[in-house]
Amino acid sequence: MSNEKTSYFQHHFADPEQQYEASKFGMWAFLVTEVLTFAGLFCAYAIFRAWNPEMFINAHKALDVVMGGTNTVVLITSSLTMALAIRYIQMNNNKAAIINLLLTLMFAGTFLVIKYFEYEHKFHCGHLPGAFYNPLISPDCVSIEGNNPHVFFSIYFMMTGLHGIHVIAGMALISWLIIRTTKGHFSPAYYTPVELVGLFWHLVDLIWIFLFPLLYLIG
Amino acid sequence: MREYLEKNYLNQETTIKSWLLTMDHKRIGLMYLFAIMFFFAVGGFFALLIRLELLTPIGGDILDANTYNVFYTLHGAIMVFMFIIPSVPAAMGNLILPVMLGTKDVAFPKLNLASWYIYIIGSCIGIYSIVIGGVDTGWTFYTPYSSSTDTAVMSMTFAVFVIGFSSIFTGINFIVTIHKMRAPGITWFKMPLFVWSLYATALIQILATPVIAVTMLLLIMERSFQIGIFDPAMGGDPVLFQHFFWFYSHPAVYIMILPGMGIISELISTFSKKRIFGYAYIAASSMAIALFGFLVWGHHMFTSESEFAALVFSVLTYLTAIPSGVKIFNWLATLYKGKISFEAPMLYAIIFLLLFAIGGLTGIFLGALSVDIMLHDTYFVVAHFHYVMMGGTVIAFLGGIHYWWPKIWGRMYSEKWARVSAVLIFFGFNLTFIPQFIMGSQGMPRRYWQYDNMLDTDLFQFYHTLSTIGSWVLALAFIIMLIYLVHSIKNGKVAGSNPWGGLTLEWQTPSPMPAHNFLEEPKITHGPYAYDKVEAERTID
Repeated sequence: MSNEKTSYFQHHFADPEQQYEASKFGMWAFLVTEVLTFAGLFCAYAIFRAWNPEMFINAHKALDVVMGGTNTVVLITSSLTMALAIRYIQMNNNKAAIINLLLTLMFAGTFLVIKYFEYEHKFHCGHLPGAFYNPLISPDCVSIEGNNPHVFFSIYFMMTGLHGIHVIAGMALISWLIIRTTKGHFSPAYYTPVELVGLFWHLVDLIWIFLFPLLYLIG
Repeated sequence: MREYLEKNYLNQETTIKSWLLTMDHKRIGLMYLFAIMFFFAVGGFFALLIRLELLTPIGGDILDANTYNVFYTLHGAIMVFMFIIPSVPAAMGNLILPVMLGTKDVAFPKLNLASWYIYIIGSCIGIYSIVIGGVDTGWTFYTPYSSSTDTAVMSMTFAVFVIGFSSIFTGINFIVTIHKMRAPGITWFKMPLFVWSLYATALIQILATPVIAVTMLLLIMERSFQIGIFDPAMGGDPVLFQHFFWFYSHPAVYIMILPGMGIISELISTFSKKRIFGYAYIAASSMAIALFGFLVWGHHMFTSESEFAALVFSVLTYLTAIPSGVKIFNWLATLYKGKISFEAPMLYAIIFLLLFAIGGLTGIFLGALSVDIMLHDTYFVVAHFHYVMMGGTVIAFLGGIHYWWPKIWGRMYSEKWARVSAVLIFFGFNLTFIPQFIMGSQGMPRRYWQYDNMLDTDLFQFYHTLSTIGSWVLALAFIIMLIYLVHSIKNGKVAGSNPWGGLTLEWQTPSPMPAHNFLEEPKITHGPYAYDKVEAERTID
C-alpha cells in the first residue's frame, strides 16, 4: 500500500488503494444497472418470441448473418485491444497503449459503419418497427410470413439501437482516454479511468455477444 | 460540548457558487432536502384540491373532470417520484450516512452532486409537463391509455426516466461508501441500522431502477413511433407494461419504506436508552425485504394475470410479512423496560409503529386473492397505501428530520410546537384515512370524480367529509411545522453536539458538523447501541 499523495488522489479517501478499490467497485455496480436495463428488453424478446415462434424464425432471415458475424468478430477484437491498452499502461508503455486505444476506437467505428449498412437495408425493405413496418416486395428483400412481423423489428431496433448508443458512448470515453494518455495522465501507479472504461467496453461487447445469436442465429 | 460550532459546513464558504458546486455530502443532502420539501408541498397542494372536490357527491365543485384526473395523477407522480423515493435516502442519507461511518464524504462526491442536478433537471421536465397541461393516466401510466391520451405523458415519463438516474447514482454511491469507506473499527455488524437499511435500499435502487428506465423508454417509443410492443391491436401486450412497471415500482415501495424503518431503529434505541433488541435480525430483515421485494410485483396485478400466477404472488406476498414483523417485534422488545422519553422524534417513532402496523395488517386483506377481488381499485387500497407510505415513510422521515435537525443546524426547534404538530398529524392522518378504509370496504371506487347516484351516496359523503376535514388538519400541522422549523434555524436554543444522548458517531462531532465531518479522527470505542455500557451526556436539558 503506497501512501504518497499525488495529484489524482482525492482527500476523502484514506489512501490511493482505497480510492482505486472504490472506483472499481462503483463501476461494477454501474455495470449491474446496465445489465438490468438490457434485461428488460431481453425479457420482452423472450415473451414475443414465445408468442410468435414461427414469425421470429422467418423474420430473422431478414437479418444479414455475414454482417452481424463480422461485427461480432470486430467487437471481440476491440475488447482484446482494449485489454491490451490497459496492459501496456500497467507496463508503462504509453505509446503502445495509445495505439491500442486508437485501434479500439477504429473497431468501434467499423462496427457502427457495418451497422449503418444493415439499418440502411432494413429501411430500404421497409422492415421497420411497429406502425412503420411496410415491407417492399423485391428480390433483395426477404418476405416474412407469420403474425406481427413488425414486433420483431420493434425489438430488433430497440435492442440494437440501445446497444449502438452504448457503442457511441464507449467511443466518446475511449477518445477521452486517448487525450488523457497523450497528456501523460496515466502511469502504472494510476490508470483507474482506463480500467473502468475497459470494463464498460467489455460489457458493451458482451451484450452484443448475446444479441447476435438471439437475433441472427435462430431457427 | 454544549456550544455552537462557529466554523461549520454551513458557513465555511458562503457564496452561492460554493453551494451550487459543492462536493460536500451534507450540503448536497441539504439541497436535496429543500427540493424535496418543495415537491412535498406541491404534491400536498394537489391532494388538498382533490379532497376538496370530493366534499360533495356531485362533480365540478372546483375541478372539472379532466382537471381532477390530472390532479390525482400529479399528486401521485410528484409524491412518488419527486418526493418519497429521494426523501430519506437522498436527503437524510446524504446528510448522515458518511458521518455514521466515520468518513469524510461519500465515495464519489462529484457523482453525488451530479445526482442532485439530474434530479433537478428531471423535476423541471416534470414541472414542464404540468405547465403544458399535466398527465391524466394515474401515476402508473398504464397502457394502452397512456399511449393514446393526448396529455403530456411523454414529458412526465421522460422526467421519471431522468430522475431514475439520480436514484441509481445515489444507490451506487451508498453501496460503495458502505463497502469501502467505513472507518477502521466499524465492521459490518457494528454499522448503525440506518446504514443497513440504506444499504438494502441502495441495492434495490441499482437493481430495479434500470427496469423502469427501459420501461419508460419503451413507452416513449410506443407513443412516438408506435412500435406496438404494448398495443394489443398490433400484437403487443399491455399487461407486459404492467409487469415491467411493477417490477420496478413494487421494489420501489421498499426503496421508500426501508430507510424509514432504519430511522425508526435509531429513534427507538436512542429514546429508550437501550441496546436495540435483535440487531442482527433487524439488519438481516432489511436484506430479506430487499430480496422479497423483487418477487412480489405480481400482487399489483391479481386481476390481470393467470390464477396460478396470482396464487404464487399471493404466497410470496405473505412471506414479506415475516421480515416486517421481525422488525416490529424487535422494536417493541427494545422498548420493553427501556428508559423511554417522549420527545418529538420519539413521538414520531411511536406514531410510526401504530400507523405502520395498521398499514401492514390491511395489506393482509389485499394479499388474499378472493378479498382483493372485492377491494381492488377501491378506497381501501388508497388508504392502505397511505398508511404504509405516509403513516410509514413520511412519519419516519419527519422523525428523522426532528432527530437530526439539531445536528444539521446546531439549534433546537421548539419542543412544545413540535409535539403539537406531531399530535395533530396523528389525528389528522387517521381522520383522513380511516374513513377511506371504511368506504373502500363498502365499495367506493378510487379515482372517481363524483359519487352521485350510487347506492350509498349519503354514507360515502359522510366519510368523504371526514376525510377532507382530516386533510385540512394535516395541512395545518405541516404549516405549524414549517414555521417552527424555519424559526429555529436562527433563533433556536443551541443544541450542542449530542442533544439526545445518542451513541452513533454523528453525535460525537460538534453541531453543526465541521466541513470534514470530524475535527479529529473519530475513535470507535463502543458499538452504536451500547447503552448498557456507555452513558453519553445529553447536551440539552
